[in-house]
Amino acid sequence: MGAPGAATIKGKDRYKAGVIPYKTMGYWEPSYEPKDTDLIALFRITPQEGVDPEEAAAAVAGESSTATWTVVWTDRLTACEYYRAKAYRVDAVPNSPGQYFAYIAYDLDLFEPGSIANLTASIIGNVFGFKPLKALRLEDMRMPVAYLKTFDGPPTGIVVERERLDKFGRPLLGATTKPKLGLSGKNYGRVVYEALKGGLDFVKDDENINSQPFMHWRDRYLYCMEAVNRASAETGEVKGHYLNITAATMEDMYERAALAKDLGSCIVMIDLVIGYTAIQSISKWARKNDMILHLHRAGHGTYTRQKTHGISFRVICKWMRMAGVDHIHAGTVVGKLEGDPNMVQGFYNVLREPHNEVDLQRGIFFEQDWAGLRKVMPVASGGIHAGQMHQLIHYLGEDVVLQFGGGTIGHPMGVQAGATANRVALEAIIQARNEGKDIWNEGPQILEKAAKGCAPLKAALEVWKDVTFNYTSTDTADFIPTPTLTA
Amino acid sequence: MRITQGTFSFLPDFSDAEIRAQIEYCLRNRWAVSVEFTDDPHPRNTFWEMWGMPMFDIKDAAGIMYEINQCRKAYPDHYIRVNGFDSTRGWETVRLSFIVNRPKHEPGFQVLRQEGPGRQIRYTVHSYATDRPKGERYKEP
Amino acid sequence: MNPEIGISQNLPDDTPVDLEGAFRDSRIQEVLDQLDRELIGLKPVKTRIREIAALLLVDRLRKGLGLSSGAPSLHMSFTGNSGTGKTTVAMRMAEILHRLGYVRNGHLVAVTRDDLVGQYVGHTAPKTKEVLKRAMGGVLFIDEAYYLYRADNERDYGQETIEILLQVMENQREDLVVILAGYKDRMEEFFRSNPGMSSRIAHHLDFPDYSPQELLAIAKMMLERQQYHFSPPAEKAFQDYILRRMQMPRFANARSMRNAIDRARLRQANRLFASNRIKLTKRDLVTIEAEDILASRVFKEGVPDDKTAVKQGTAK
Repeated sequence: MGAPGAATIKGKDRYKAGVIPYKTMGYWEPSYEPKDTDLIALFRITPQEGVDPEEAAAAVAGESSTATWTVVWTDRLTACEYYRAKAYRVDAVPNSPGQYFAYIAYDLDLFEPGSIANLTASIIGNVFGFKPLKALRLEDMRMPVAYLKTFDGPPTGIVVERERLDKFGRPLLGATTKPKLGLSGKNYGRVVYEALKGGLDFVKDDENINSQPFMHWRDRYLYCMEAVNRASAETGEVKGHYLNITAATMEDMYERAALAKDLGSCIVMIDLVIGYTAIQSISKWARKNDMILHLHRAGHGTYTRQKTHGISFRVICKWMRMAGVDHIHAGTVVGKLEGDPNMVQGFYNVLREPHNEVDLQRGIFFEQDWAGLRKVMPVASGGIHAGQMHQLIHYLGEDVVLQFGGGTIGHPMGVQAGATANRVALEAIIQARNEGKDIWNEGPQILEKAAKGCAPLKAALEVWKDVTFNYTSTDTADFIPTPTLTA
Repeated sequence: MRITQGTFSFLPDFSDAEIRAQIEYCLRNRWAVSVEFTDDPHPRNTFWEMWGMPMFDIKDAAGIMYEINQCRKAYPDHYIRVNGFDSTRGWETVRLSFIVNRPKHEPGFQVLRQEGPGRQIRYTVHSYATDRPKGERYKEP
Repeated sequence: MNPEIGISQNLPDDTPVDLEGAFRDSRIQEVLDQLDRELIGLKPVKTRIREIAALLLVDRLRKGLGLSSGAPSLHMSFTGNSGTGKTTVAMRMAEILHRLGYVRNGHLVAVTRDDLVGQYVGHTAPKTKEVLKRAMGGVLFIDEAYYLYRADNERDYGQETIEILLQVMENQREDLVVILAGYKDRMEEFFRSNPGMSSRIAHHLDFPDYSPQELLAIAKMMLERQQYHFSPPAEKAFQDYILRRMQMPRFANARSMRNAIDRARLRQANRLFASNRIKLTKRDLVTIEAEDILASRVFKEGVPDDKTAVKQGTAK
């Protein structure tokens, strides 16, 4: 541990009753060298007027560890220098006056092993409402290997998922049943059957399809598994449908998971809104029952979208990899939902790499060794269609699930045709990419050529050829000054 | 019917030149290439028969094309696939796998249903071809 | 590899061709220069290589104009004694063929009989095919190729390898170039007994023994690379050494030079060790003295240093 900061009050004076600045309480330690076993959090702070950035950083460190707003003598019953989080570095954010990056280190013993609930309660549980800050965002975290080893991580992971499906070398294809709400079980199953038979690998429940008056969950499961097995026999492929087991209580969730397993599904899904504790429980269950676990990031946009306040989605990705999910929605870049290309690639790298290097352009602030935690398959879903296939593969690579809900079910020739169009487009782009062609520039021609032998693809390209979603992103990189336009 | 296993099954069957191009992609990535065949194409049958060992340290596709053609000569009515295997850390798995030969007539699969309690059904997918013994599965009737 | 110009043979005779440009673009001059730098002497070999390169370059230009030329046979035989540079030249040849577009990858796989022939029935074909697969796209160099053929022994499996090689050399000329190498007289006998093999070889290159001057130059180049040099008396002694050693059995040209240099360095080290160790300078460390050479058994007993029995041998 480094020598205490020049401002820190030492000795008996530190514990005299009264209020002293956080900077002097030991929470601002500029010469501290983080240990390999420390957790490090990077916050983007916007202090109120008149609050200096180091005091703000120290306050965040304090309020996310041991401090209270006044000195307490009971500190002296503990080895308090260890338990205090230490803000050790503050940098101004480029091109953003009034914003600062604060680096804060936490000792490993502050955290319960293997508990995301505890991690989040610790880091974000207290500090975000703090008055001296106008805004606060948890931008990134560095997890030490010692801590990561207390987590089981994804129950399946990209490699084993592909081996179970026997599908290699291309992105997986999925779709969400549409309309989002209102279909009865049997009609729902029909959509699933058509899409899977036409060529998709997966279909999924939407995040709010749980168990409603228009469709009870049991009926949905029964009809979907009929569809999955029929489609598997029609094609000779392993197929799946993400059965949503989100429910009001854990007991209900386990009941739903059990039926999914009995019916022979290979995959289930949960929504982020069930909470960190529930996510870890289901992750454990998934591993015990050989089930792939899909996570829908429902609700994240409430706190991930604004650059100044909330939690960056890359931190959510890290927490979810540790909590243990196999799929997570992570952005499409070219679709209808928020996603700057650099930021999205950063999320994908955090999920898929065994080791992340610092990459400020993509928002990765720390070198991160993932200590053998399996890789999470990102899911790209939202307003994408076959005509964008070359852009999707260019931005996102091949280890991704591409979900074309409207892009399959809205096809003029029907759901099967929609699925076939997507699958043919995908395989054609992958073939061309492997041959060394420049898919970014030649993509449209490659798709046209493939469409010559495939009427569904031809129709898809015709119907959607002018669809793009061009808005300025709100969550962009700090280290490239100009705002980006998607596609 | 036409089984759509493998990375490229929705495209028309590849010519030898197209197969070569994919093999060269594997060689550029330093993956080992292997040839496998089977007459039991069930989706859960992951262990096809190996046609020789996986080929490591190969610099050119010619030798591999030779093996594919030898396999086609020996088993003209079997499914034959080519795999690219990546042994680097974090992968240690197949990265590309596609079919290069099929029987002329593919009988396909049926769904067998075992009724359970309530409305539950236990499903199994059954391959018509395996009704006949190995070696006789794809002969013209 | 072949330019895809769909030009018919009806081009006028005065259609210009850019031989200089093609030569420059192929960058084979770099390889020829490297050959010049790496290997002393071998004038006839280097000349032959240039001739072959010229032929292949012209052939390519002809193809570019749609003129006919079948896939040229590129298989070669290299004959000569040990240590005359055959393997090194084979590697450079592979590079040249690659730069001219006749070989897709340009790597060299060097084998001997034992890598190709099996020890029991059914072992040979897969073994040979494995080697061929590894070599495809490049050059297969078979050293002491005559060992493949043992006329007296019918249980010998080398014949199978020869059959397979003959097939590949004829039918897969775009996939593989084969270079057979070995001692001249034994290679000639091998070709006499295997006319099929002989007919598939397009170019025979003979690697003459080095002259004593060339051997000295080779030895000095080796020394320089290791940052040593001869003192003038040492150089004289070494010239004498070369003349004597050349007459003795198992002389392996450049390789024998390397061995002699290594032994001289050993003697130098021991001499320095036994001497006044305090007053040594850098010059002592880099200089080979005459006594380091003259201590050789070549002078004292008239036999090579690596020979165990003390007998005056005759040249092979």
